[in-house]
Amino acid sequence: MMISNNLNTYLIISVVLLVIGLYGMVQHRSLIGMLISSEFILNGAALNFMAFNRFVAPNPAVGQIYTLFIMGIAAAEAAIVVSIIITVYRKYNSEDPEELRDMKM
Amino acid sequence: MIVYKYLAEVLFYALVCLTFAGGIMAVRSRMLMHAVLGLAATLFGVAGLYFHLGSPFLAMMQILIYVGAVCIIIVLGVMLGNTPDQLATKNLTGRNMPLALLACATGFIALFVATISRTEFTPATEKIGNMSIEFVGESLLLQYCLAFELISVILLTAIIGSIILARGGREEKSS
Repeated sequence: MMISNNLNTYLIISVVLLVIGLYGMVQHRSLIGMLISSEFILNGAALNFMAFNRFVAPNPAVGQIYTLFIMGIAAAEAAIVVSIIITVYRKYNSEDPEELRDMKM
Repeated sequence: MIVYKYLAEVLFYALVCLTFAGGIMAVRSRMLMHAVLGLAATLFGVAGLYFHLGSPFLAMMQILIYVGAVCIIIVLGVMLGNTPDQLATKNLTGRNMPLALLACATGFIALFVATISRTEFTPATEKIGNMSIEFVGESLLLQYCLAFELISVILLTAIIGSIILARGGREEKSS
């Protein structure tokens, strides 16, 4: 049996993506690095949806639509987070998440 | 025909390697620009996996939206922030390393054991529709019309919100 035609393979890949994102989220010392890690987590979720859509789901359009929505949400999230980071950088002159102690702008 | 099957299998391994290598590059690199490059490599790999999963449309969308838009936005954010030297010195201090490794190992093992090796996923007995773009488009306009409209509202809100957020500081500085 082909390994690329198996649900568990894709589930393992998406778990690895999630774990990479989690690791980067804890370990990166800048807001942009955390944003990059969150993209990994979102991609793992999207791949999961697509895998279940291909192998299990009765309606093959649902998973694709969900993945499209995840992409849209990720694009909106990236735009907003980058503009927040620019504002934070102007205010604090730093991107270190540990230096952001108060929310007053 | 069997040759194509094995060719697809080899391609699948290559895509998985690209995905994981990009991920490791993104979390382990000192420069943020290299991290964005690793993210782009991972996104290409995931696009190829979508192709393997039978949806070329989503592979195109992945390249178009993620690699084309999200990566460019993140690159802009990198270039507007700290200089690379400032970041390189403090990006990988290693203080969070044991915590990060512990969290990830625990999460991986828990998810692996719980969902993958212990659960049986039974396929649906009957499938409606197919994987084609036509069916996806029809479902988007009929069954999932509300969600489709809501996502455009979310994107509009994101555009307006990011413009307002990014503009605010500039006026303050100039006055």
